[in-house]
Amino acid sequence: MSRAAATAALGKDLVGLEGLTADQIRVILDTAEPFKEISERRIKKVPVLRGKTIVNLFFEASTRTRISFEFAEKRLAADTVNIGAVGSSVSKGETLVDTARNLEAMRIDMVVMRHWSPGAARFLASRIPSNVINAGDGAHEHPTQGLLDILTLRDHFGRLEGLKVCIVGDVLHSRVARSNIFGLVTLGAEVAVCGPHTLLPAGIEELGVRVFGRVEEAIEWAEALNVLRLQLERMEGGFVPSLREYNRVFGVTRERLEWAPRELLVLHPGPMNRGVEIDSDVADGPHSVILRQVTNGVAVRMAVLYLLTGGAPDRAESAKSGGEGRS
Amino acid sequence: MTRLLIRGGRVIDPAAGVDLQGDVLVDEGRIVAVAAGLAPESAEVLDARGLVVCPGFVDPHAHLCEPGGEHRETIATGAMAAAAGGYTAVVAMPDTDPVVDDPASVGFVVAAGRRARGARVFPAAAVSAGRRGEHLTEFGEVVDAGAVAVSDAGRSVKSSKLMRLALEYARSFGIPVLARPEDAGLASGGVMHEGVVSTRLGLRGKPAAAEEIGAARDLALAGMTGGRLHMQRVSTAAAATLIRRSLARGVGVSAEVTAHHLLLTHEVVADYGTEYKVDPPLRTTVDVEAVRAALADGTIGCIATDHTPCHYDEKEQAFDDAPFGAVGLETTFAVLHTHLVTTGILELGTLVERMSTGPARALGFPGGTLKPGQAADLALVDPEARWKIDPAEFLSKCRNTPFAGEEVTGRVVRTLVGGRTVWSAVADGA
Repeated sequence: MSRAAATAALGKDLVGLEGLTADQIRVILDTAEPFKEISERRIKKVPVLRGKTIVNLFFEASTRTRISFEFAEKRLAADTVNIGAVGSSVSKGETLVDTARNLEAMRIDMVVMRHWSPGAARFLASRIPSNVINAGDGAHEHPTQGLLDILTLRDHFGRLEGLKVCIVGDVLHSRVARSNIFGLVTLGAEVAVCGPHTLLPAGIEELGVRVFGRVEEAIEWAEALNVLRLQLERMEGGFVPSLREYNRVFGVTRERLEWAPRELLVLHPGPMNRGVEIDSDVADGPHSVILRQVTNGVAVRMAVLYLLTGGAPDRAESAKSGGEGRS
Repeated sequence: MTRLLIRGGRVIDPAAGVDLQGDVLVDEGRIVAVAAGLAPESAEVLDARGLVVCPGFVDPHAHLCEPGGEHRETIATGAMAAAAGGYTAVVAMPDTDPVVDDPASVGFVVAAGRRARGARVFPAAAVSAGRRGEHLTEFGEVVDAGAVAVSDAGRSVKSSKLMRLALEYARSFGIPVLARPEDAGLASGGVMHEGVVSTRLGLRGKPAAAEEIGAARDLALAGMTGGRLHMQRVSTAAAATLIRRSLARGVGVSAEVTAHHLLLTHEVVADYGTEYKVDPPLRTTVDVEAVRAALADGTIGCIATDHTPCHYDEKEQAFDDAPFGAVGLETTFAVLHTHLVTTGILELGTLVERMSTGPARALGFPGGTLKPGQAADLALVDPEARWKIDPAEFLSKCRNTPFAGEEVTGRVVRTLVGGRTVWSAVADGA
């Protein structure tokens, strides 16, 4: 496949799962499969992105996502530069568009960006010719997180069509929730959200999801729960009166899971607040695939990097040994 | 000054119930007669065949950004942009830097307006000192200096008590209080309408209820005090309904709506276009239908531009970080004529009324009509002219319009203030 054809399969950028077709999402998931193995090797490096320059531009603090991207980039042999908001020109008041233009002037190939403002990734993508991957833009989307969650679900259940997945918690402020909703609905899963109504955004049903007001109902219905982090600052916003009550009413606890009519799979995008949205014996227990999500995150990000830089979906396996997947 | 005969146009004067093919005679800057077949002995003739001759438009709500925002607009550029849109009078909002809240700053705007070519510029002074919502400005002194109204421009007057006092105190000076209906706490942090689009985009929303609550408060206070309330930028069905009920009860309220709230919904924000970031936000189809109906039946008697120039690099940011606002002086007539008049939703006479007579009445201006004795503030419009909105051609310093690139029908071709052409689409008249 030519570069143009492969780019057309995904587009120049990955700013969100909304708007991608089921086939496009499946191509990413399928491409992630052969990349899983690289991280299991003794020498975890293949020359797929040799000579490519990638900037990780993180305007917000991030540990897991930033490191996961960096591992994915380095294991594909890309040259990477990390820029954080603190200690860079961003903290001196430079605008996003100026930062982008300056990076572009240094002839980079790709930007992975985390930004607090919804739409920031699309803004950047429309203004620079480099590929842009959204690593989280405010409460909008976090597409690679959505993809790694979906890959983890597919690994476990072997199917996504008709799978009942409930996203539990602070949907209002969550980019993870939106990416999961857009991706899963497109792939034919049944999706629900559950949380206090103060943390469920207006018109959420119109995105094609069912709404549960009580976590017990969600547990009775679902095959998998994706438990969102409750940002502790939401307390100050008055969205929930106390963490204690949140745990009592909405927490995913072992007792609640024992009432479930079937074995539930529990996901969490991290970082967890143990004892708030999720109890330790659930997070560390047999239902949990939280660490598998983290492992899958590296493979999914490798797949996205590979596809956006022109890699052919059907040549990922051979690309790992010498880079002939790209033409 | 010689006499001027504007000959052979379709003369529309809603205030006098006039809609005829005929002539307008102007002498010494004032209108002398409106009739068919006028033949004065010596008069310069302006051929208006094929044109609509109507009262110049009156904008009850523009941000001219001076003092303090001269990189966005000045009173001089704003007055010319207004003239290019058929406006002959513009009320300048006081949310400048410093705020126009004392006789000296009002005097500055008046003086700059006199120096400017184009539309007449009338300052509104702030309701509260510094627009801080703490205590009233000196209404008597600012009116003496030339203020035609008071407004905290964009901010709802913070406390109900201060709003009550403002409505009461303004009665002594015969001026309206121009107020923005919004419960600021409920709307805080919102950058667009709260609904399914804000949910999809992950943007914080302003619920329609915030406007409904603000409108209910101000209408209750207007009813109680007998003060003159002018409600700015109505965007919701709920607020329109409340105004209609208050008018039926005899409350002294007038209201305005902008072209973008009459024509666009929150769906257009789907790609985070900052040209659609306006305040109040673009609402739903139901709201658009409701404000159109309220405009048609007179519940909302005024069309405002809410002309808010934003420097191009201010809008060249992520949606959250970009300022609210759109320019409107040079496009409002054309977009409304195109989408509401040529489509049969609104009569041309009603559009003219809501852009001239209605605002003049709400503000207590003498203009907005062609009655003999009035200043000859006129707009000449070619209703058939088709053109494309090109922000690069704006006389305003800024280009932040949600209507860029639109093909429109109907163009203001000449604007006269006091009988003098202040703007013309062709080079000759000016």
